[in-house]
Amino acid sequence: MEVRVANVRKEFERFPALRDVSLDIKSGELIALLGPSGSGKTTLLRLIAGLERPTRGKIFFGEEDASQKSIQERNVGFVFQHYALFRHMTVADNIGFGLKVRHGPSRPSAKEIRRRASELLNLVQLSGLEKRYPAQLSGGQRQRVALARAMAIEPAVLLLDEPFGALDAQVRRELRRWLRDIHDATGHTTVFVTHDQEEALELADRVVVMSQGRIEQVGTADEIYDTPNSPFVYGFIGESSSIPVKVEDGQVWIADRPIGLSAPHAPQGEATLFFRPHDVDLVEECNGCIAGTVAASRRVAGTRRVELEIGGERQRVEIELPVDHPAAQKSRVAFRPRRWKLFPAA
Amino acid sequence: MTTAPAKAGWRFRQPSVIPGFGLTLGFSLAYLTLIILIPLSGLIWRSAALGWTDFWAIVTDRRTINALEISFGTAFIAAAVNVVFGTIVAWVLVRYSFPGRRIVDAMVDLPFALPTAVAGIALTTLYAPNGWIGSLLTPLGIKVAYTPLGIVIALIFIGLPFVVRTVQPIMEEIDKEVEEVAATLGANRFQIISRVLLPGLAPAIVTGFALAFARGVGEYGSVIFIAGNLPYKSEIAPLLIVIRLEEYNYAAATAIAAIMLALSFVMLLVINLVQTWSRKRYG
Repeated sequence: MEVRVANVRKEFERFPALRDVSLDIKSGELIALLGPSGSGKTTLLRLIAGLERPTRGKIFFGEEDASQKSIQERNVGFVFQHYALFRHMTVADNIGFGLKVRHGPSRPSAKEIRRRASELLNLVQLSGLEKRYPAQLSGGQRQRVALARAMAIEPAVLLLDEPFGALDAQVRRELRRWLRDIHDATGHTTVFVTHDQEEALELADRVVVMSQGRIEQVGTADEIYDTPNSPFVYGFIGESSSIPVKVEDGQVWIADRPIGLSAPHAPQGEATLFFRPHDVDLVEECNGCIAGTVAASRRVAGTRRVELEIGGERQRVEIELPVDHPAAQKSRVAFRPRRWKLFPAA
Repeated sequence: MTTAPAKAGWRFRQPSVIPGFGLTLGFSLAYLTLIILIPLSGLIWRSAALGWTDFWAIVTDRRTINALEISFGTAFIAAAVNVVFGTIVAWVLVRYSFPGRRIVDAMVDLPFALPTAVAGIALTTLYAPNGWIGSLLTPLGIKVAYTPLGIVIALIFIGLPFVVRTVQPIMEEIDKEVEEVAATLGANRFQIISRVLLPGLAPAIVTGFALAFARGVGEYGSVIFIAGNLPYKSEIAPLLIVIRLEEYNYAAATAIAAIMLALSFVMLLVINLVQTWSRKRYG
């Protein structure tokens, strides 16, 4: 089902956790809310679920205004980071809970509920564990049960709050791939919250980057990584280096030297230059380049990271060099960013 | 390759390498022996001197049986009432913040601290036919003081903190997310409480019940003031023991004590077993 968040604001005791957020989620989409802690991503998820009420604005499920509905009526599947399984119920009873609490004709027979629970356990690859109690399962298994329980009610939208946050790296990667498969198989509209950008970029159809209660950018992994639209997104997603620069006559200047980058459309004046440390060309003859002295050098997996001090301000930037590149030992290195972006200084 | 065959059946769990097992176990056993085991075995010893037929005659005496019924019956009812209201009190203290919450919280412990005789006298004054509450109940035909109902009220007073204090910490640990998840799955408030919250609290509630019940069975000070102490009607077993002692009939006193001890032990053991079973299941 489509979900539309329209101009939602949420305050907790006058403190704004979300400021005027709007977002369209397409039916069947797998979408990630990504941001540092305190960015409002979990608040947004809880608002969609109905676990919080918006201070202003509305949330639509399809054409219906869901903000007027209670949590129970919204029919959402919610999965918490710490599973929130019912400890005193078996795995099968946990999964069947949402069906058992229904009233009247919409409640399936006990046999049907059992059948449905086994079917879902099969889907989450835990067949045969019906009779176990949550305490007897591993973290990864518990999270799968929690997901099966959420899917049992055929939710309009599936909401996952840091679903893999409590698991170790190995299980995390495994479950990530598995969640993608489940999503492709079932087609539930799914929103998940994460602070792990790798997880968001790898898993989601679209990523919503949030910061300080606002949506900074919405886009596919490629769009977010290749064309970040704000200094925050550039800095938050992937590795980045930045230097304060000046734009004059369509040229980018550091101190009083042009660095060989032309920016005919950028506004004149102070700005910040962003680039990825691995997206640089080293240059020998410096007629228009960024040059600096090597201040520190670290080996990172297959490459070498070099910190350069630039100009009189001794501004530090990081670039990446091949391990065997002679420039890493030189005291002075000159380079030019291959791909870069200018943001006017705030 | 030689490996020790896995021993079937019950085994000690290997204590950890941190020393202390021997010392603490030795201390516990010595302490329990001195404080509990020796006095209680003295009791059994004295009543054993009575001989089986005499013992049986005392225990099956109408007055003894009535006293035991009243003691265990009123303690059971009071503990059951405390389970309901103690859980509600704990709920209010844990879930809501209101002016005076700390004072209410402290008030719960008063029955622990107050001399039970004081409680008994205060309750009697209130519930006597000419007392504040008693005078309101008399026209309705309800007689509280000097009846088993009065005993139940005294035992409710005595037992309340046991339930509140055992349930409260477990209630504080309840994860808000569990309730939220139940709500998203469509459960209404009543279903969340009855199917999700209460089953999780059950072990603590059973413990609170057991403590309140045990305390009620042994209670003496507050009850004798409000009970009226009519033999066969509102005479509790502990009082009967004291009466026998005052008659220098030590054998009869110890016989009644021994049977009380046996009954209490069996009931507490059963409650404990129920708990172990539920803990094992829910981890």
